[in-house]
Amino acid sequence: MTLPEIAPPTCGPPESVLVVGASAGGLTTAEALRRKGFEGRITLLGDEPHLPYDRPPLSKQVLSGAWEPARARLRPEPALRALDADLVLGDPAVALDAANRTVWTESGRVLGADEIVIATGVQARVFPGQPDLSGVHVIRTLDDAVALRTELATARRLVVVGDGVLGAEVAATGRGLGLDVTLAGPQSVPMESQFGAWAGARLGELHTEQGVTLRLGTGVRELAAEAGRVVGVLLESGEQLPADVVVVAIGGVPATGWLVGSGLTCENGVVCDAMCRAADGIYAVGDVARWRHQGLGALLRLENRTNATEQAVAVAANILGADQPYVPVPYFWTDQYDVKVMVHGLVPAGAEIEVVEGDPAARRFVALCRTDGVARGVLGWNMPKQTRLHRQRVADALALAPAG
Amino acid sequence: MKVIVEEDKCCGAGTCVLVAPDVFDQRDEDGIVVLLDEAPGPDQHDAVREAVSVCPAAAIGLIES
Repeated sequence: MTLPEIAPPTCGPPESVLVVGASAGGLTTAEALRRKGFEGRITLLGDEPHLPYDRPPLSKQVLSGAWEPARARLRPEPALRALDADLVLGDPAVALDAANRTVWTESGRVLGADEIVIATGVQARVFPGQPDLSGVHVIRTLDDAVALRTELATARRLVVVGDGVLGAEVAATGRGLGLDVTLAGPQSVPMESQFGAWAGARLGELHTEQGVTLRLGTGVRELAAEAGRVVGVLLESGEQLPADVVVVAIGGVPATGWLVGSGLTCENGVVCDAMCRAADGIYAVGDVARWRHQGLGALLRLENRTNATEQAVAVAANILGADQPYVPVPYFWTDQYDVKVMVHGLVPAGAEIEVVEGDPAARRFVALCRTDGVARGVLGWNMPKQTRLHRQRVADALALAPAG
Repeated sequence: MKVIVEEDKCCGAGTCVLVAPDVFDQRDEDGIVVLLDEAPGPDQHDAVREAVSVCPAAAIGLIES
Protein backbone atom coordinates (compact mmCIF):
# COMPACT_ATOMS: atom_id res chain seq x y z
CA MET A 1 0.00 0.00 0.00
CA THR A 2 1.17 3.50 -0.75
CA LEU A 3 1.12 5.81 2.22
CA PRO A 4 -0.02 9.33 1.64
CA GLU A 5 2.89 11.67 1.00
CA ILE A 6 2.01 14.98 2.46
CA ALA A 7 4.18 18.01 2.75
CA PRO A 8 4.21 19.57 6.23
CA PRO A 9 2.08 22.69 6.52
CA THR A 10 4.03 25.70 5.34
CA CYS A 11 1.62 28.57 5.94
CA GLY A 12 0.52 29.97 9.28
CA PRO A 13 -2.11 28.57 11.61
CA PRO A 14 -5.52 27.87 10.09
CA GLU A 15 -8.49 30.18 10.51
CA SER A 16 -11.09 27.45 10.66
CA VAL A 17 -11.31 23.77 11.57
CA LEU A 18 -14.19 21.42 10.80
CA VAL A 19 -14.38 18.29 12.94
CA VAL A 20 -16.60 15.57 11.49
CA GLY A 21 -17.77 13.43 14.40
CA ALA A 22 -18.95 14.71 17.77
CA SER A 23 -18.05 11.85 20.06
CA ALA A 24 -14.98 11.54 22.32
CA GLY A 25 -12.40 12.01 19.54
CA GLY A 26 -14.13 14.91 17.85
CA LEU A 27 -15.02 16.76 21.02
CA THR A 28 -11.52 16.35 22.44
CA THR A 29 -9.99 17.69 19.22
CA ALA A 30 -12.03 20.87 19.61
CA GLU A 31 -11.14 21.17 23.29
CA ALA A 32 -7.46 20.63 22.64
CA LEU A 33 -7.44 23.26 19.88
CA ARG A 34 -8.91 25.83 22.27
CA ARG A 35 -6.61 24.80 25.10
CA LYS A 36 -3.62 25.31 22.81
CA GLY A 37 -4.82 28.81 21.99
CA PHE A 38 -6.66 28.39 18.70
CA GLU A 39 -9.09 31.30 18.34
CA GLY A 40 -10.50 30.57 14.88
CA ARG A 41 -13.83 29.04 13.97
CA ILE A 42 -14.47 25.43 15.05
CA THR A 43 -17.39 23.46 13.69
CA LEU A 44 -18.26 20.13 15.31
CA LEU A 45 -20.53 18.05 13.08
CA GLY A 46 -22.27 14.99 14.54
CA ASP A 47 -24.56 12.44 12.94
CA GLU A 48 -26.61 11.74 16.07
CA PRO A 49 -29.08 14.19 17.62
CA HIS A 50 -27.69 13.78 21.14
CA LEU A 51 -25.19 16.05 22.84
CA PRO A 52 -21.75 14.39 22.84
CA TYR A 53 -21.84 11.27 25.01
CA ASP A 54 -19.50 8.55 26.11
CA ARG A 55 -19.66 5.03 24.70
CA PRO A 56 -17.97 2.74 27.28
CA PRO A 57 -20.94 3.08 29.70
CA LEU A 58 -23.42 1.95 27.02
CA SER A 59 -22.76 -1.77 27.54
CA LYS A 60 -22.54 -1.40 31.30
CA GLN A 61 -24.17 1.40 33.32
CA VAL A 62 -26.64 2.49 30.64
CA LEU A 63 -27.60 -1.06 29.66
CA SER A 64 -28.02 -2.14 33.28
CA GLY A 65 -30.15 0.91 34.04
CA ALA A 66 -27.74 2.07 36.77
CA TRP A 67 -27.41 5.35 34.85
CA GLU A 68 -30.03 7.37 33.11
CA PRO A 69 -28.80 7.97 29.55
CA ALA A 70 -28.07 11.65 30.28
CA ARG A 71 -25.39 10.59 32.76
CA ALA A 72 -23.29 9.37 29.84
CA ARG A 73 -22.92 12.90 28.46
CA LEU A 74 -19.28 13.78 27.99
CA ARG A 75 -19.59 17.38 29.18
CA PRO A 76 -22.12 19.52 30.99
CA GLU A 77 -23.77 22.11 28.75
CA PRO A 78 -21.85 25.09 30.18
CA ALA A 79 -18.58 23.40 29.24
CA LEU A 80 -19.84 22.85 25.69
CA ARG A 81 -20.86 26.51 25.43
CA ALA A 82 -17.46 27.62 26.74
CA LEU A 83 -15.88 25.78 23.82
CA ASP A 84 -17.30 28.43 21.49
CA ALA A 85 -17.77 25.92 18.67
CA ASP A 86 -20.60 25.60 16.16
CA LEU A 87 -22.19 22.34 17.26
CA VAL A 88 -24.14 20.85 14.37
CA LEU A 89 -25.91 17.66 15.47
CA GLY A 90 -28.19 15.12 13.84
CA ASP A 91 -26.78 15.76 10.39
CA PRO A 92 -24.47 13.05 9.01
CA ALA A 93 -21.66 13.98 6.64
CA VAL A 94 -22.31 12.36 3.26
CA ALA A 95 -19.36 13.48 1.14
CA LEU A 96 -15.93 15.09 1.32
CA ASP A 97 -13.87 16.85 -1.30
CA ALA A 98 -10.43 16.53 0.27
CA ALA A 99 -8.66 18.77 -2.25
CA ASN A 100 -11.04 21.66 -1.56
CA ARG A 101 -11.69 20.75 2.08
CA THR A 102 -15.44 20.78 1.74
CA VAL A 103 -18.00 18.52 3.43
CA TRP A 104 -21.60 17.97 2.38
CA THR A 105 -24.20 16.82 4.89
CA GLU A 106 -27.38 14.82 4.60
CA SER A 107 -29.57 17.88 5.16
CA GLY A 108 -27.78 19.81 2.41
CA ARG A 109 -25.26 21.85 4.37
CA VAL A 110 -21.99 22.62 2.61
CA LEU A 111 -19.21 23.18 5.14
CA GLY A 112 -15.72 24.35 4.24
CA ALA A 113 -12.69 24.85 6.48
CA ASP A 114 -8.94 25.30 6.31
CA GLU A 115 -8.45 21.99 8.11
CA ILE A 116 -10.76 19.02 8.44
CA VAL A 117 -10.60 16.31 11.11
CA ILE A 118 -12.33 12.99 10.43
CA ALA A 119 -13.62 11.46 13.67
CA THR A 120 -16.56 9.39 12.46
CA GLY A 121 -15.66 6.26 14.40
CA VAL A 122 -16.96 2.84 13.51
CA GLN A 123 -20.33 1.30 12.83
CA ALA A 124 -21.42 -1.99 14.34
CA ARG A 125 -20.55 -4.91 12.08
CA VAL A 126 -23.37 -7.29 11.22
CA PHE A 127 -23.37 -10.62 9.41
CA PRO A 128 -23.38 -10.47 5.62
CA GLY A 129 -27.00 -10.67 4.52
CA GLN A 130 -28.20 -10.56 8.13
CA PRO A 131 -32.01 -10.44 8.01
CA ASP A 132 -33.84 -7.59 9.70
CA LEU A 133 -35.40 -9.42 12.66
CA SER A 134 -36.96 -8.03 15.79
CA GLY A 135 -35.13 -9.11 18.90
CA VAL A 136 -31.70 -8.74 17.27
CA HIS A 137 -29.59 -5.84 18.52
CA VAL A 138 -26.23 -4.19 18.15
CA ILE A 139 -24.74 -1.65 20.57
CA ARG A 140 -22.93 1.30 19.16
CA THR A 141 -25.12 4.27 19.94
CA LEU A 142 -27.04 5.52 22.95
CA ASP A 143 -30.29 4.73 21.15
CA ASP A 144 -29.06 1.17 20.55
CA ALA A 145 -28.34 0.71 24.27
CA VAL A 146 -31.69 2.12 25.36
CA ALA A 147 -33.57 -0.06 22.87
CA LEU A 148 -31.76 -3.17 24.09
CA ARG A 149 -32.32 -2.24 27.74
CA THR A 150 -36.04 -1.88 27.07
CA GLU A 151 -36.26 -5.27 25.43
CA LEU A 152 -34.16 -7.05 28.06
CA ALA A 153 -36.63 -5.92 30.71
CA THR A 154 -39.10 -8.56 29.51
CA ALA A 155 -36.66 -11.16 28.15
CA ARG A 156 -35.44 -14.37 29.79
CA ARG A 157 -32.84 -15.83 27.42
CA LEU A 158 -30.07 -13.64 25.97
CA VAL A 159 -27.59 -14.95 23.44
CA VAL A 160 -24.57 -12.75 22.82
CA VAL A 161 -22.81 -13.45 19.54
CA GLY A 162 -19.26 -12.16 19.71
CA ASP A 163 -16.50 -12.95 22.21
CA GLY A 164 -14.66 -9.62 22.17
CA VAL A 165 -14.80 -6.89 24.79
CA LEU A 166 -18.30 -5.68 23.91
CA GLY A 167 -19.80 -9.16 23.83
CA ALA A 168 -18.17 -10.11 27.13
CA GLU A 169 -19.39 -6.90 28.79
CA VAL A 170 -22.94 -7.38 27.51
CA ALA A 171 -22.92 -10.96 28.80
CA ALA A 172 -21.83 -9.74 32.24
CA THR A 173 -24.47 -7.00 32.30
CA GLY A 174 -27.12 -9.51 31.18
CA ARG A 175 -26.26 -11.79 34.09
CA GLY A 176 -26.49 -8.81 36.42
CA LEU A 177 -30.03 -8.32 35.13
CA GLY A 178 -30.82 -11.93 36.01
CA LEU A 179 -31.06 -13.25 32.46
CA ASP A 180 -30.05 -16.67 31.17
CA VAL A 181 -27.01 -15.72 29.12
CA THR A 182 -25.06 -17.65 26.50
CA LEU A 183 -21.90 -16.16 25.01
CA ALA A 184 -20.93 -17.55 21.61
CA GLY A 185 -17.93 -16.79 19.45
CA PRO A 186 -15.12 -18.24 17.36
CA GLN A 187 -12.21 -17.82 19.78
CA SER A 188 -11.17 -20.52 22.23
CA VAL A 189 -11.53 -18.14 25.20
CA PRO A 190 -13.30 -14.76 25.52
CA MET A 191 -11.28 -11.72 24.49
CA GLU A 192 -8.38 -13.92 23.36
CA SER A 193 -7.28 -11.41 20.76
CA GLN A 194 -7.02 -8.60 23.34
CA PHE A 195 -5.89 -10.56 26.43
CA GLY A 196 -4.08 -13.55 24.98
CA ALA A 197 -4.96 -17.15 25.79
CA TRP A 198 -3.77 -17.11 29.41
CA ALA A 199 -5.78 -14.17 30.74
CA GLY A 200 -8.66 -14.93 28.37
CA ALA A 201 -8.98 -18.34 30.03
CA ARG A 202 -9.32 -16.60 33.41
CA LEU A 203 -12.05 -14.41 31.97
CA GLY A 204 -13.82 -17.51 30.66
CA GLU A 205 -13.68 -19.07 34.14
CA LEU A 206 -15.15 -15.91 35.61
CA HIS A 207 -18.09 -15.93 33.21
CA THR A 208 -18.72 -19.63 33.87
CA GLU A 209 -18.70 -19.04 37.63
CA GLN A 210 -21.15 -16.21 37.18
CA GLY A 211 -23.52 -18.51 35.34
CA VAL A 212 -22.88 -17.62 31.70
CA THR A 213 -23.00 -20.55 29.29
CA LEU A 214 -19.99 -20.38 26.97
CA ARG A 215 -20.21 -21.70 23.43
CA LEU A 216 -16.79 -20.80 22.12
CA GLY A 217 -14.65 -22.03 19.28
CA THR A 218 -17.55 -22.19 16.89
CA GLY A 219 -18.97 -19.82 14.33
CA VAL A 220 -22.59 -18.86 13.79
CA ARG A 221 -24.44 -20.41 10.85
CA GLU A 222 -27.60 -18.36 11.03
CA LEU A 223 -30.15 -16.60 13.15
CA ALA A 224 -33.30 -18.67 13.57
CA ALA A 225 -36.58 -16.77 13.28
CA GLU A 226 -40.31 -17.21 13.42
CA ALA A 227 -42.68 -14.61 12.04
CA GLY A 228 -39.98 -11.99 11.74
CA ARG A 229 -38.70 -12.40 15.27
CA VAL A 230 -35.49 -14.11 16.33
CA VAL A 231 -35.94 -17.32 18.32
CA GLY A 232 -32.40 -18.63 18.42
CA VAL A 233 -28.90 -18.85 17.06
CA LEU A 234 -27.78 -21.84 15.02
CA LEU A 235 -24.08 -22.56 15.49
CA GLU A 236 -21.71 -24.09 12.96
CA SER A 237 -21.48 -27.05 15.36
CA GLY A 238 -25.15 -27.73 14.64
CA GLU A 239 -26.35 -26.71 18.10
CA GLN A 240 -29.23 -24.27 18.26
CA LEU A 241 -29.25 -21.81 21.16
CA PRO A 242 -32.77 -20.65 21.99
CA ALA A 243 -33.05 -16.90 22.53
CA ASP A 244 -35.58 -14.19 23.28
CA VAL A 245 -33.00 -11.53 22.44
CA VAL A 246 -29.75 -11.77 20.46
CA VAL A 247 -26.96 -9.21 20.62
CA VAL A 248 -24.59 -9.22 17.67
CA ALA A 249 -21.24 -7.88 18.90
CA ILE A 250 -18.81 -8.97 16.19
CA GLY A 251 -16.76 -5.82 15.88
CA GLY A 252 -16.84 -2.51 14.16
CA VAL A 253 -16.44 -1.27 10.60
CA PRO A 254 -14.73 2.10 10.12
CA ALA A 255 -17.34 4.68 9.12
CA THR A 256 -15.75 5.66 5.83
CA GLY A 257 -18.63 5.06 3.44
CA TRP A 258 -19.12 8.81 3.13
CA LEU A 259 -15.52 9.19 1.94
CA VAL A 260 -15.96 7.30 -1.33
CA GLY A 261 -14.75 9.65 -4.05
CA SER A 262 -13.12 12.00 -1.53
CA GLY A 263 -9.60 11.35 -2.80
CA LEU A 264 -8.53 9.77 0.50
CA THR A 265 -7.14 6.26 0.88
CA CYS A 266 -9.57 4.19 2.95
CA GLU A 267 -8.49 0.63 3.72
CA ASN A 268 -9.70 -0.61 7.08
CA GLY A 269 -9.94 3.02 8.16
CA VAL A 270 -8.66 6.34 6.89
CA VAL A 271 -4.99 5.71 6.07
CA CYS A 272 -2.77 8.41 7.57
CA ASP A 273 0.90 9.17 7.95
CA ALA A 274 2.70 9.24 11.31
CA MET A 275 1.25 12.71 12.05
CA CYS A 276 -2.29 11.34 11.53
CA ARG A 277 -2.62 13.28 8.26
CA ALA A 278 -4.68 11.66 5.52
CA ALA A 279 -4.05 14.45 2.99
CA ASP A 280 -3.01 18.07 2.96
CA GLY A 281 -5.22 19.72 5.59
CA ILE A 282 -7.08 16.50 6.44
CA TYR A 283 -6.51 14.51 9.62
CA ALA A 284 -8.20 11.51 11.25
CA VAL A 285 -8.59 10.60 14.92
CA GLY A 286 -10.08 7.78 16.94
CA ASP A 287 -11.55 4.46 15.84
CA VAL A 288 -11.67 5.49 12.17
CA ALA A 289 -7.99 6.47 11.88
CA ARG A 290 -5.36 4.01 10.65
CA TRP A 291 -2.07 5.74 11.03
CA ARG A 292 1.60 4.79 10.94
CA HIS A 293 2.75 4.10 14.50
CA GLN A 294 6.47 4.76 14.30
CA GLY A 295 7.27 2.76 17.45
CA LEU A 296 5.61 -0.34 16.03
CA GLY A 297 6.66 0.40 12.47
CA ALA A 298 3.22 -0.48 11.19
CA LEU A 299 -0.15 0.95 10.33
CA LEU A 300 -2.36 0.73 13.41
CA ARG A 301 -6.03 1.36 14.04
CA LEU A 302 -7.17 1.28 17.66
CA GLU A 303 -10.77 0.98 18.73
CA ASN A 304 -10.49 2.16 22.28
CA ARG A 305 -11.56 5.08 24.34
CA THR A 306 -8.21 6.46 25.42
CA ASN A 307 -6.86 6.43 21.89
CA ALA A 308 -9.70 8.67 20.75
CA THR A 309 -8.70 11.40 23.18
CA GLU A 310 -4.93 11.00 23.01
CA GLN A 311 -4.97 11.04 19.23
CA ALA A 312 -7.24 14.08 19.30
CA VAL A 313 -4.71 15.96 21.42
CA ALA A 314 -1.91 14.98 19.03
CA VAL A 315 -3.89 16.03 15.97
CA ALA A 316 -4.85 19.38 17.50
CA ALA A 317 -1.16 20.04 18.11
CA ASN A 318 -0.25 19.05 14.56
CA ILE A 319 -2.96 21.30 13.12
CA LEU A 320 -1.31 24.14 15.00
CA GLY A 321 2.11 23.29 13.58
CA ALA A 322 3.71 20.82 16.01
CA ASP A 323 4.48 18.30 13.23
CA GLN A 324 4.96 15.51 15.77
CA PRO A 325 4.38 11.81 15.12
CA TYR A 326 1.72 10.16 17.27
CA VAL A 327 3.37 7.29 19.15
CA PRO A 328 1.04 6.25 21.98
CA VAL A 329 1.19 3.31 24.36
CA PRO A 330 -2.17 1.71 23.57
CA TYR A 331 -4.49 1.28 26.56
CA PHE A 332 -7.89 -0.16 27.19
CA TRP A 333 -9.88 -1.45 30.11
CA THR A 334 -12.99 -3.50 30.66
CA ASP A 335 -15.35 -3.88 33.62
CA GLN A 336 -17.14 -7.20 33.99
CA TYR A 337 -18.89 -8.19 37.24
CA ASP A 338 -16.55 -6.96 39.99
CA VAL A 339 -13.46 -7.33 37.84
CA LYS A 340 -11.57 -4.57 36.09
CA VAL A 341 -8.94 -5.67 33.59
CA MET A 342 -6.66 -3.25 31.79
CA VAL A 343 -3.86 -3.53 29.27
CA HIS A 344 -1.13 -0.97 28.59
CA GLY A 345 0.48 -1.82 25.26
CA LEU A 346 -0.60 -4.95 23.42
CA VAL A 347 -0.63 -8.65 24.30
CA PRO A 348 0.82 -10.36 21.21
CA ALA A 349 -0.36 -13.88 20.44
CA GLY A 350 1.96 -16.34 22.13
CA ALA A 351 3.52 -13.74 24.44
CA GLU A 352 5.47 -14.99 27.46
CA ILE A 353 3.52 -14.14 30.62
CA GLU A 354 5.19 -13.26 33.92
CA VAL A 355 3.19 -12.29 36.97
CA VAL A 356 5.11 -9.34 38.46
CA GLU A 357 2.68 -8.31 41.21
CA GLY A 358 -0.14 -9.88 43.12
CA ASP A 359 -1.44 -13.41 42.68
CA PRO A 360 -3.79 -14.79 40.04
CA ALA A 361 -5.30 -17.11 42.66
CA ALA A 362 -6.25 -14.04 44.72
CA ARG A 363 -7.66 -12.40 41.56
CA ARG A 364 -5.43 -9.38 41.87
CA PHE A 365 -2.32 -9.38 39.74
CA VAL A 366 -0.18 -7.61 37.18
CA ALA A 367 1.33 -9.63 34.34
CA LEU A 368 4.10 -8.55 32.02
CA CYS A 369 3.72 -9.83 28.46
CA ARG A 370 6.95 -10.26 26.49
CA THR A 371 7.80 -11.35 23.00
CA ASP A 372 11.45 -12.32 22.41
CA GLY A 373 12.23 -10.86 25.80
CA VAL A 374 10.81 -7.42 24.96
CA ALA A 375 7.97 -6.00 27.10
CA ARG A 376 5.04 -5.50 24.73
CA GLY A 377 2.20 -5.22 27.19
CA VAL A 378 1.27 -5.14 30.84
CA LEU A 379 -2.05 -6.66 31.84
CA GLY A 380 -3.63 -5.91 35.18
CA TRP A 381 -6.48 -7.71 36.92
CA ASN A 382 -8.09 -5.62 39.66
CA MET A 383 -4.84 -3.71 40.21
CA PRO A 384 -5.19 -0.52 38.11
CA LYS A 385 -2.65 1.66 39.86
CA GLN A 386 0.01 -1.02 40.09
CA THR A 387 -0.53 -1.87 36.43
CA ARG A 388 0.00 1.76 35.41
CA LEU A 389 3.24 1.82 37.38
CA HIS A 390 4.60 -0.87 35.02
CA ARG A 391 3.47 1.01 31.91
CA GLN A 392 6.84 2.68 31.46
CA ARG A 393 8.47 -0.66 30.61
CA VAL A 394 6.20 -0.89 27.59
CA ALA A 395 6.76 2.76 26.69
CA ASP A 396 10.54 2.27 26.85
CA ALA A 397 10.37 -0.75 24.56
CA LEU A 398 8.28 1.20 22.05
CA ALA A 399 10.71 4.12 22.14
CA LEU A 400 13.67 1.80 21.51
CA ALA A 401 12.02 0.16 18.53
CA PRO A 402 13.40 1.22 15.17
CA ALA A 403 11.27 3.89 13.55
CA GLY A 404 9.31 2.34 10.75
CA MET B 1 -9.71 26.86 39.73
CA LYS B 2 -11.56 24.17 41.67
CA VAL B 3 -11.35 20.51 40.66
CA ILE B 4 -14.19 18.05 41.19
CA VAL B 5 -13.94 14.29 40.68
CA GLU B 6 -16.79 11.81 40.38
CA GLU B 7 -15.47 8.62 41.93
CA ASP B 8 -18.34 6.50 40.65
CA LYS B 9 -17.55 7.48 37.06
CA CYS B 10 -13.80 6.96 37.40
CA CYS B 11 -12.52 3.93 35.45
CA GLY B 12 -9.08 3.84 37.07
CA ALA B 13 -7.07 4.34 33.89
CA GLY B 14 -4.75 6.77 35.64
CA THR B 15 -4.62 9.09 32.64
CA CYS B 16 -4.99 12.08 34.96
CA VAL B 17 -1.98 10.94 37.01
CA LEU B 18 0.15 10.68 33.88
CA VAL B 19 -0.84 14.23 32.87
CA ALA B 20 -0.94 15.99 36.26
CA PRO B 21 0.82 13.89 38.92
CA ASP B 22 0.88 16.77 41.43
CA VAL B 23 -2.91 17.00 41.41
CA PHE B 24 -4.13 13.43 40.96
CA ASP B 25 -3.24 10.00 42.32
CA GLN B 26 -4.99 6.62 42.44
CA ARG B 27 -6.11 4.50 45.38
CA ASP B 28 -3.90 1.44 45.85
CA GLU B 29 -6.81 -0.95 46.30
CA ASP B 30 -8.97 -0.17 43.25
CA GLY B 31 -7.25 2.54 41.21
CA ILE B 32 -9.99 5.12 41.75
CA VAL B 33 -8.87 8.73 41.49
CA VAL B 34 -7.54 10.54 44.56
CA LEU B 35 -7.59 14.32 44.39
CA LEU B 36 -4.36 15.61 45.92
CA ASP B 37 -5.10 19.28 45.41
CA GLU B 38 -8.64 20.51 44.82
CA ALA B 39 -7.53 24.10 44.21
CA PRO B 40 -4.27 23.79 42.26
CA GLY B 41 -2.10 26.78 41.57
CA PRO B 42 -1.75 28.49 38.20
CA ASP B 43 1.31 26.43 37.28
CA GLN B 44 -0.95 23.35 37.25
CA HIS B 45 -3.90 24.80 35.34
CA ASP B 46 -2.89 23.71 31.83
CA ALA B 47 -2.15 20.17 32.99
CA VAL B 48 -5.44 19.96 34.88
CA ARG B 49 -7.44 21.18 31.88
CA GLU B 50 -5.75 18.54 29.77
CA ALA B 51 -6.53 15.88 32.39
CA VAL B 52 -10.20 16.90 32.32
CA SER B 53 -10.28 16.65 28.55
CA VAL B 54 -8.49 13.31 28.19
CA CYS B 55 -10.07 11.49 31.15
CA PRO B 56 -11.51 8.39 29.45
CA ALA B 57 -14.49 8.36 31.81
CA ALA B 58 -15.29 12.09 31.78
CA ALA B 59 -15.02 11.90 35.56
CA ILE B 60 -13.24 15.20 36.26
CA GLY B 61 -15.00 18.56 36.37
CA LEU B 62 -13.65 22.08 36.74
CA ILE B 63 -14.97 25.30 38.14
CA GLU B 64 -12.82 28.03 36.63
CA SER B 65 -12.70 31.16 38.74
